[in-house]
Amino acid sequence: MQEHDTSWVRTEMALSQQAPAGVRGLGAWIRKNLIASTGDTILTIVGIVLVAMILPQIINWAFINAQWTGTDRTFCATVAQGGIQPDGWSGACWAFVNAKFGQFMFGRYPIDERWRPILVAVLFVVLLVPLLIPRVPRKGLNAILFFLVLPIVAFILLTGGVFGLLHVETPLWGGLLVTLSLSFVGIAVSLPIGIVLALGRRSKMPIVKTLCVVFIETVRGIPLITVLFMASVMLPLFLPAGVTFDKLLRALIGVSLFAAAYMAEVVRGGLQAIPKGQYEGADSLGLGYWQKMGLIVLPQALKLVIPGIVNTFIGMFKDTSLVYIIGMFDLLGVVKLHFSDANWATPQTARSGLVFAAFVFWLFCFGMSRYSMFTERRLDTSYKR
Amino acid sequence: MASQEILREEPSRGSFINDPKVRGIFFQAVVVIVLVALVWWIVQNTIDNLTRLRIASGFGFLRGRAGFDISDSAIAYSSDSTYGRAILVGFINTLIVAVAGIITATIIGFILGIGRLSHNWLIRKICMVYVEVFRNIPPLLVIFFWYSGVLAVLPIPRESINLPFGSFLNQRGFYFPRAVWGDGSWLIFVALLVGIAMAWFVARKARQRQMATGQQFPVFWTSAALIVGLPLLAYALSGFPLSFDYPKQSTFNLTGGFQVKPEFLSLYLALSCYTAAFIAEIVRAGIMGVSKGQSEAAGALGLRPGSILRLVVVPQAMRIIIPPLTSQYLNLTKNSSLAIAIGYPDLTATAGTVLNQTGQAIECVLIMMVVYLGLSLLTSAVMNVVNARMALVER
Repeated sequence: MQEHDTSWVRTEMALSQQAPAGVRGLGAWIRKNLIASTGDTILTIVGIVLVAMILPQIINWAFINAQWTGTDRTFCATVAQGGIQPDGWSGACWAFVNAKFGQFMFGRYPIDERWRPILVAVLFVVLLVPLLIPRVPRKGLNAILFFLVLPIVAFILLTGGVFGLLHVETPLWGGLLVTLSLSFVGIAVSLPIGIVLALGRRSKMPIVKTLCVVFIETVRGIPLITVLFMASVMLPLFLPAGVTFDKLLRALIGVSLFAAAYMAEVVRGGLQAIPKGQYEGADSLGLGYWQKMGLIVLPQALKLVIPGIVNTFIGMFKDTSLVYIIGMFDLLGVVKLHFSDANWATPQTARSGLVFAAFVFWLFCFGMSRYSMFTERRLDTSYKR
Repeated sequence: MASQEILREEPSRGSFINDPKVRGIFFQAVVVIVLVALVWWIVQNTIDNLTRLRIASGFGFLRGRAGFDISDSAIAYSSDSTYGRAILVGFINTLIVAVAGIITATIIGFILGIGRLSHNWLIRKICMVYVEVFRNIPPLLVIFFWYSGVLAVLPIPRESINLPFGSFLNQRGFYFPRAVWGDGSWLIFVALLVGIAMAWFVARKARQRQMATGQQFPVFWTSAALIVGLPLLAYALSGFPLSFDYPKQSTFNLTGGFQVKPEFLSLYLALSCYTAAFIAEIVRAGIMGVSKGQSEAAGALGLRPGSILRLVVVPQAMRIIIPPLTSQYLNLTKNSSLAIAIGYPDLTATAGTVLNQTGQAIECVLIMMVVYLGLSLLTSAVMNVVNARMALVER
């Protein structure tokens, strides 16, 4: 029997070589991503034309031609409109945003008391940031401070009337302050209510189930404005004569109930995704209903639906702008209110104010969605597939 | 023997109050009692308040004279019309803007969604920027932007911007030629209907023949010829009855033509732009949800890229797309109620005006709720039918 000759087997690794010139470098990238075929080339040209048409205009308007400083409308109006800019000028009037910045942030909150919302904002950030960074320890204490202590402190600081603080009525609140307080309270209230509604909808008790289904489907079927109308017009009718509600509180109730119905559907999706074995396993361990839900089912279900929950939060944050329609001045409302300021009325004012408001809303919403993507990746235990 | 005796005994039952059935009944009874008490309290308060404010409940007020004007009305309406008619006008306006918005948003959304999956880097990025911008700002802000930021700063009517086909754009809206149908133009519509019916029939027959014999038939071109050709033929036969009323510039305003008011235009554009971003994400998710093996297998069977998309990928993607698409359509319809912020007379705006004038808060809010719920149910029903046709047919 002949012995196997293995001398042809290589003993050392071949040196790795560079990829061929055709598939690396800028040229190859352009060939692959921009001009792979005739149709692709046409698309690229269309895209370039589109960008070349729009982008310079936006940059010109927002930065190069923009008026950054100024004290009144003459700085943002052309000569023909009674201002100092050359005819045909079109640029953002950031001077308007600059002059009204305090209003946009706090509304008509007394200027001497503005340190209070600022302090609340600082506390909010100081408590929120460690809560969001997974590595920082003491999450439990942090959460208690954030969800229980902060709202009370914020309420006392913002409304005042005790400890020698000047009482500031909520009609004086406005701007980003109202937007953020509405959404923070809305988020904190709607999540627990939504979970209870979702559990109720999957309950075996027919009356509880029917009530939850009717509530969820009704609220989801009507626009938020109708709910806000109801909260602002019908709520006073439902209460005994003489009992009046704060307008902000009415809006809060409306927004929270509305968001709770959407939250309930999101949570229900998570509950349905939990295999039956988990429920049965919990039952066989002798856990009661709330133990079973609180310890076994909800932790898994909520983790599954984090993207949905954050989407609902984002939706609610955007929806707070609707309180403008029932006569409150959130960020968008304040911006809109100041268009009509005769001191600043120019063709550019509305655009600039709205772009600023859009930027603020965008920052918050985009931040939330990015953070949710990060959490999703971190909590992903890769059970799926 | 003794042990068997024990076995035959009833299994030991826990305490009466630990029985889940009893607990359920007890708990539900408590819920019902609390609810009834609450409703009773609310009803009593409401009745008290209404008598105090001297408001008669009931829907009789709908027959009263409205006394306010509506700027945009698809049906005959004047301030002498009834409140009921005012609400009807609002309802029709809601329908118009919702349907127009849904169609436009779907088209833009599908283009963007497919664009986000394009092999072309530039197109992908452009679509991504659009989606990320519009998804993260409130719809109300988009509406205001179109209304006060874009349309309100257009030139005055005397300096209108000329657009192709004799249309004009200025502060007061968009003007385009109005079609005037002369005598005998009904023939064109009849021809159109006949064309559509014949095209459908041809498509059916062609499909049957292909199933039976494998022979193909140029269905698309035949249908196009039928749907376009027959009305054109009718148009020629009836002596060219169609003419156009072009908008003309006069000293202060444009006369003639068809005017689209800036309120409608900004609401329609804003809803379409905003919802399109969401539809784009749904379409992207739907197409990505079809596994790559499907299109590779189709390619291995010798299908061309166009056919792969049309016959293999799209039908499967539609199954994923349709349910969330339905909820976006519902969202758009509900968001159309933002019209009230810029003064477009939709249902919420007209019903709100009626509410302010009559003080019939409960009735007006009830009308809004019922109409929007009805629209939601109708849209869901239609989309459920579409979904059922698209759904996976399993053995």
